[in-house]
Amino acid sequence: MLTSRAGVALLAAFVASIVVAQVQAIPGQPSVVELLVKWTPLLAKGFLFNLLISFFAMLVGTLAGVLLGSARISPRPPVRGMSWIVVQFFRNAPWLVLLFFVMFLLPFEFHVGGTTIPFPDWIKATLGLALPIMANVAEILRGAVQSIPTAQWDAARSLAFSRRQTLWKIILPQCVKRMLPPWMNWYAILTMATTLASIVGVSEVMTLTLRITNAEGRTDLLIPIYSYVLLWFFVYCWPISLMTRRLEARYEVR
Amino acid sequence: MDDVAAWFLALYKTTGIKLTIFYDGYDRARFFQGFVTTVKLSAYCLVLSLVLGALAAWLTGSHVAVVRRAVTGFVALFRNTPPLVQLYFFYFALGPLVPKVDGAPLLGSFGWAVVSLTLLETAFAAEIYRAGIEAVPKAMVEAAASLGYSRWQIYRLIMLPLALRATMPAMTNNLVNLVKTTTLAYAIAVPELVYMSAQIWSEQVNVPEMMVVLLICYVAIVGLINQGMQWLEHRLRVPGFGQ
Repeated sequence: MLTSRAGVALLAAFVASIVVAQVQAIPGQPSVVELLVKWTPLLAKGFLFNLLISFFAMLVGTLAGVLLGSARISPRPPVRGMSWIVVQFFRNAPWLVLLFFVMFLLPFEFHVGGTTIPFPDWIKATLGLALPIMANVAEILRGAVQSIPTAQWDAARSLAFSRRQTLWKIILPQCVKRMLPPWMNWYAILTMATTLASIVGVSEVMTLTLRITNAEGRTDLLIPIYSYVLLWFFVYCWPISLMTRRLEARYEVR
Repeated sequence: MDDVAAWFLALYKTTGIKLTIFYDGYDRARFFQGFVTTVKLSAYCLVLSLVLGALAAWLTGSHVAVVRRAVTGFVALFRNTPPLVQLYFFYFALGPLVPKVDGAPLLGSFGWAVVSLTLLETAFAAEIYRAGIEAVPKAMVEAAASLGYSRWQIYRLIMLPLALRATMPAMTNNLVNLVKTTTLAYAIAVPELVYMSAQIWSEQVNVPEMMVVLLICYVAIVGLINQGMQWLEHRLRVPGFGQ
């Protein structure tokens, strides 16, 4: 069972580290609290950037994942086989390696006709993060479709529904409900994974934190600022996982 | 071995596909070392997290409220914050606090990666064990209690063996995730597979080739794990459960 205790513990660690830093503060230097306040707007900007990346990656990943998932339940064996390989590949490759793959192998700008379209790092990172989401959404869709009793397919066919109609009007509407909790779970995982973009040079919250600690060069700032960033993510992700738990419990098939 | 090296050298000369790890001794040694480090890192974290996860799951059923709360808090904390930030927190924020022995820090980047990933995986393993323990029929626990088993004995002899089997599919997933998460150690310069590959591709300028090799390596490791766990699952099957 999830509780708010982790948040309280994190908050306590954060406050305690600030208090310790304050007590040990050298006179004449700005205090840790002042530094945190000073850098909060920048960190907030970085965090919003993380959220932006997570929204777009989720959007792209979900759209592509629904297409891939539809291929996974196709009645045609070659389509099913190919999509199985794609899903396995993107589910089993580490996120960081996929991210490197997309970052290094896609061009930084496109030439269409005479115009140059720039292709910035963060869009590439978004695409890189969307790939594993795509494969996992495909698996969620397949699992949800398989969890619908076969009798419904038979019943729909006896009422002269075509396969497409059955899927769109009977099966998928029921799947949405079952897909929601795992989908939200993946969104939380994705949001946490957006920090990976810092490794490939996108200026999101983690990159900014590293830059701030380098710029300030204060060892007493390290624990407060890292627990501060942890706290931000926790505050964002924890309600999502709580809601997921509730929805799971409500939609549980008995 | 020489034939393989000669073939890959010829491949480079004719097509430009530069796979130095097959014909350059230095690169091969580096790549192999990276592979070994990844396996070692995964193995340490796996064993530690399995033990600590079982302990954490056992403690969630404790009668002492404080212990129960502390464990649920720990699990929620590690599951809801980014693994990379956790790793940075341990390495950059806690790292400098660790005392030095003979001028070298007690825990290097490898050590901190083990600590950080173990705690993360412990949180996941604890949840999986908990679900497995909940899957153990209540009647069986009551039967054991009525036969005079102590709480620890019930846990060790009745619940854990059954729970372990129930958790096998989830554990396989977790193990795969663990291997994938070890790539994060790249960020704190642990010489694992991605780090070594990055060094090779920045020196040899063969990014696409090394990328493909890297992906194949991970997909192969994960495939082996899946096969191995399926075999184990089959071996450990108890008659009368499942299909």
